[in-house]
Amino acid sequence: MTDHKLEIDEVSGVETTGHTWDGIQELNNPLPRWWLYIFYASIVWAIVYMVFMPAIPALPGTGMTNTLGIRGHSDRALVAEDITQLNAQRAEGSAKLLTASLSEIETDMNLQQFALAMGESAFGDNCATCHGAGGRGAKGYPMLADDVWLWDGTLGGIETTLRHGIRHYEDPDTRNNAMPAFGRDGLLTSKEIDNLVQFVLVKSGREGDAAAAGRAAPIFAQQCTSCHGADAKGNRTLGAPNLTDQDWLFGGEPRDIQQTIYNARNAHMPAWQGRLDDATIKALAVYVHSLGGGEK
Amino acid sequence: MSSHVTPTEKPGWGFSIGTVSLLVGAVALGALVIAANAADPMMAAHAWLFFFLTVGGLLVTGLWAGARNGRNPFDPAFYEDTIVKFGVAASMFWGIAGFLVGLIIALQLSFPGLFYFPELGWTNFGRLRPLHTSAVIFAFGGNVLIATSFYVVQRTCRTRLAGGMWPWFVFWGYNLFIVIAGTGYLLGVTQSKEYAEPEWYADLWLTIVWVAYLLVFLGTLWKRKEPHIYVANWFYLSFIVTIAMLHIVNNLSIPVTLTGSKSYQLFGGVQDALTQWWYGHNAVGFFLTTGFLAIMYYFIPKKVNRPVYSYRLSIVHFWSLIFIYIWAGPHHLHYTALPQWAQTLGMVFSIMLWMPSWGGMINGVMTLSGAWDKLRTDPVVRMMIVALAFYGMSTFEGPLMSVRAVNSLSHYTEWGIAHVHSGSMGWVGFISFGALYCLTPWLWKRKALFSTALVEWHFWLATLGILFYIVAMYVAGITEGFMWRAYNEFGFLEYSFIETVKAKHIMYIIRVTGGALYLIGALIMAYNLVRTALGHGEARDAEAVPAQGPAQSPALQPAE
Amino acid sequence: MSFMKRHETLERHSLLLTVGILVVVAIGGLVEIAPLFYLENTIEKVQGMRPYTPLELKGRNIYIREGCYTCHSQMVRPLRDEVERYGHYSLAAESMYDHPFQWGSKRTGPDLARVGNKYSDEWHLDHLIDPRSVVPDSIMPPYAFLVEKKLKFDGIEDDLKALRLAGVPYTDDMIANAKADLVVQASPNTDYDAEDALVARYEAIAERKGTLKISDYDRNPAEITEMDALIAYLQMTGTLVDFSTYEANDLNNRR
Ligand code: HEC
Ligand code: HEC
Ligand code: HEC
Ligand code: HEM
Ligand code: HEM
Ligand SMILES: [Ca+2]
Ligand SMILES: [Ca+2]
Ligand SMILES: [Cu+2]
Repeated sequence: MTDHKLEIDEVSGVETTGHTWDGIQELNNPLPRWWLYIFYASIVWAIVYMVFMPAIPALPGTGMTNTLGIRGHSDRALVAEDITQLNAQRAEGSAKLLTASLSEIETDMNLQQFALAMGESAFGDNCATCHGAGGRGAKGYPMLADDVWLWDGTLGGIETTLRHGIRHYEDPDTRNNAMPAFGRDGLLTSKEIDNLVQFVLVKSGREGDAAAAGRAAPIFAQQCTSCHGADAKGNRTLGAPNLTDQDWLFGGEPRDIQQTIYNARNAHMPAWQGRLDDATIKALAVYVHSLGGGEK
Repeated sequence: MSSHVTPTEKPGWGFSIGTVSLLVGAVALGALVIAANAADPMMAAHAWLFFFLTVGGLLVTGLWAGARNGRNPFDPAFYEDTIVKFGVAASMFWGIAGFLVGLIIALQLSFPGLFYFPELGWTNFGRLRPLHTSAVIFAFGGNVLIATSFYVVQRTCRTRLAGGMWPWFVFWGYNLFIVIAGTGYLLGVTQSKEYAEPEWYADLWLTIVWVAYLLVFLGTLWKRKEPHIYVANWFYLSFIVTIAMLHIVNNLSIPVTLTGSKSYQLFGGVQDALTQWWYGHNAVGFFLTTGFLAIMYYFIPKKVNRPVYSYRLSIVHFWSLIFIYIWAGPHHLHYTALPQWAQTLGMVFSIMLWMPSWGGMINGVMTLSGAWDKLRTDPVVRMMIVALAFYGMSTFEGPLMSVRAVNSLSHYTEWGIAHVHSGSMGWVGFISFGALYCLTPWLWKRKALFSTALVEWHFWLATLGILFYIVAMYVAGITEGFMWRAYNEFGFLEYSFIETVKAKHIMYIIRVTGGALYLIGALIMAYNLVRTALGHGEARDAEAVPAQGPAQSPALQPAE
Repeated sequence: MSFMKRHETLERHSLLLTVGILVVVAIGGLVEIAPLFYLENTIEKVQGMRPYTPLELKGRNIYIREGCYTCHSQMVRPLRDEVERYGHYSLAAESMYDHPFQWGSKRTGPDLARVGNKYSDEWHLDHLIDPRSVVPDSIMPPYAFLVEKKLKFDGIEDDLKALRLAGVPYTDDMIANAKADLVVQASPNTDYDAEDALVARYEAIAERKGTLKISDYDRNPAEITEMDALIAYLQMTGTLVDFSTYEANDLNNRR
């Protein structure tokens, strides 16, 4: 196991370490200076940074925690500060918004812009998932950009809907009214329901089996008018939709209507109080109100 | 301990076959018991798979050993090269499979309406993505590492692989692990720990295989006929040892029952998170970095026929690299609920990691001094040097992304995906392709590759593919990062989440193009390698085709 | 030059080299991970944390099985925009019973740490069956098959036991009643006593009321499906901790 003699590589003129593995040799070049200096610099920088920031954990049994760094830096404190600052920036607008009436908002351009910006921002991540971008709605989730309202289309009414939700039972003040599941719970027979479907079709001005609809009329009068009204035009205090228009929350195909009467839908809208702050809720109400169908 | 020790008493060549068969037989029995009592259908499927494959392995071994007629199949006078050939084939196969699945998931994100199948739950993105990552890292990368390490350690130690049958156990055992892992994801068997998804029993099996791998490798070093251990082997060794440590600790879990597939992680919450990223970062550090640096340290000097640039740099960057890498894991957890002191450590060590990482690049690139013309003339060399360029790029970008302020923007976005793929498609992919292009003619004793022109095609298609991929993802990542934090003039968030998803659509399509180019390149390569092995085209005039069976290289006698 | 001579020793002795490597790579992990187990300030002192109910746990296992973590993080960072978009930043305490953790590393979809109670059960049902029916630009995969798959929970006690081994404080009572608890959480208005018992069991450990939701999550009272479980899990994420009692600047919470 004799050591090999140092040799000189002919091409570069640099000495090799003298070992050969499968024909491979190694030159004995020094460490590149720039490389070494940057490496040292990164180490120095690391030490400095560790002095400034929380960095070194204590040993077990010492009862201590970790060095907190001479800057006393904490992400959690910083983000609290950031949010406070942000809220300060919006404080004036929010405060004004909270107490403003609809007409005040509509006449104060700045306030209106502020409210719409705030509302639109919150709408995108919280409401659009159900109600679609711009409130265009989806099957089972009402369109908010029209003037058809299930419950209440005034600013205050919308705000109440947002604050307490609809059938959000964790909230005692939630808007609540449940249509019975006439088929599933055996209140009506399937035949009767089929007839009712025809009745609803005819009522909404579409083609339907007039004879069947006629047979369903007394059932409708008995079972449905309490909510949807004798003229089937709905009842907004009960959140019961108008059945005579072409505006269908759960789809207007016979199958959809059959499903609605058989199982009932009783959709849920979450309550936002607690998750969103008061100003945001108000702004959302303003935004929804502005989408097209807001009522005075 | 010295290099000249040779075992005085050698057990016959049947000894290792016997011990391997014993172990495999025991596993087959265990699998049978579990299969008969399986608590869930996934476990039943896997236990039967284990059972049939192990029994099949035993049968083939028996038939093969029976046909030896007393001739030692592990003749120490020859290198064990057949296993490396299998490894080359497996690498190519898994590489293509992995790139294909990558392309599929890229398509899913671009055209969800076309590439999701509601009735086929197992084709969903969440199940295919781990299939892609495991296929490219563990199946493709792992087979390249096993194959090259077996090749390199024999040449640089001038001795046959230790352990007789055991290297074969390592190769097949590892590939069995891959099959179990991959089918598991499709069946929904996963721990959902990134890069460590396989369930407890696959983890256990891999532990056995990996220990065997370590012993085979160490055993070969032990009986080497060179006084010194070559630098490539330091890197291979650190890769094998460290992966063993990481794998065992990160996969500590409690099976719900010994006959069921489900387990719960021993550590939870924040402790599990740091253990996971200690593992995850160092899977990058030791699997995708030190392992492939080992490849670089053999194949570049060998291919260009020049000495390694600096021995001293090798030493310094090796030890600093492996020491510092381990600390950097918390940079995956910046701003999370991980205590901030740990984040600080993760950040500063990542920055200190920059130069040690570049040490490998310098040593590789500078090895070309005196042979720069090869960059122009030899596309295989060019591929390996471009690999080093991507390595340099991603190890510069990595420390940058570890700075908390930068990470607050890049984390969770496509920027990370761009970084990953410049590292993996550029560095891991290209250095592997280079090694495979070298190995095939060497192993099959061909004068040259079937076609150098096809290598050029591969090189340019793949390079273009990577550029499409990463540029698209940088743009997408930085766009979404800024959109997420954008505020309007009134002080409210400007964009909803879904708007940021929409904004990336075009970039996703460009990525698909890049991925397709990369895959086409790999297919061209596979074609080229098969034709080379068959001795077609420029590979025709074989240097030495031995008359008897597969070519074997004699292990040289020690030089004095 | 002399350090190169010394390095030769390692190059000549494969075992020494191996041990050297092992020692060098063990240090960083030890210094970083071990303290998380003994430092007092690692996990914040908060009120409200409780183990998952059996149904939520099953749901979480489906979340794990489907690989939702590949697209969704569950970790709101203490950054202004995230706190505004998703809610209060996540605490370490909130995942203390998570084996494994699911913080994620990529947000192809939004963070889910606080999605609990944000939407209705029906919305989750619609969305999981066909995400593009409610969010037209979504790129999330459909999970319609979950409504057809009956939830298998024969061995649920073993799950709780395994977790107890890992340190989750499931009581004997919780384990003994695991099946009943699971069934009743997905079957409202069937057995009021069982409902009360379930709520009492888990609220006692949480020391906080109102974090347990009982619902027929998939609107199919005839069956307890995987969809029931998954939605039950989604509806409770991030709802446990009582943030009115959490103080970031408390010394115990400084880290
Ligand atoms: C989980 C889905 C969901 C989310 C999220 C949601 N909603 Fe609703 N919303 C509904 C459903 C369902 C209804 C209809 C309930 C009914 O049938 O009475 C509704 C009804 C409404 C109504 C009453 C419409 C009327 O005609 O009276 C308003 C106003 C409204 N939502 C606004 C919002 C706003 C603003 C947000 C965001 C803060 C929001 N919604 C978020 C599901 C949702
Ligand atoms: C207790 C009150 C109540 C009664 C009685 C009632 N409904 Fe309803 N109905 C509602 C409410 C409330 C809704 C809206 C449900 C929702 O928003 O989820 C509704 C919705 C509907 C719809 C769906 C409208 C759409 O836009 O998709 C149809 C159709 C309907 N009812 C028909 C009937 C018929 C037919 C009967 C009698 C057999 C009936 N309802 C009895 C309260 C009632
Ligand atoms: C391919 C990526 C992908 C996968 C996999 C995925 N999702 Fe999603 N997810 C999205 C995207 C994109 C969105 C945003 C658009 C939308 O609402 O559909 C989303 C939205 C959601 C939301 C609504 C969040 C919110 O606050 O609006 C929930 C809940 C959700 N996903 C749950 C899941 C669950 C549970 C799984 C696994 C079973 C899953 N996702 C798998 C991409 C994915
Ligand atoms: C000095 C070297 C490197 C450092 C410091 C580094 C640092 C980082 C950082 C900060 C992230 C982002 C974590 C996040 O925000 O989620 C990351 C992710 C990643 N990097 Fe690197 N990187 C380095 C080199 C490499 C190389 C060479 C490769 C590939 C061969 C690579 C592969 C990855 C992978 C796969 C991820 C994704 C992990 C995940 O989230 O799933 N890195 N790296
Ligand atoms: C045809 C080539 C490839 C394509 C089309 C492709 C595509 C993809 C896609 C679409 C993702 C998911 C990104 C996301 O979740 O947003 C991904 C992730 C990943 N890919 Fe690839 N890929 C390719 C090649 C490779 C190669 C060669 C490697 C490694 C050797 C690799 C390693 C990874 C890793 C580690 C991740 C996870 C990243 C993370 O978690 O941050 N990919 N790939
Ligand atoms: Ca695992
Ligand atoms: Ca149900
Ligand atoms: Cu990392």
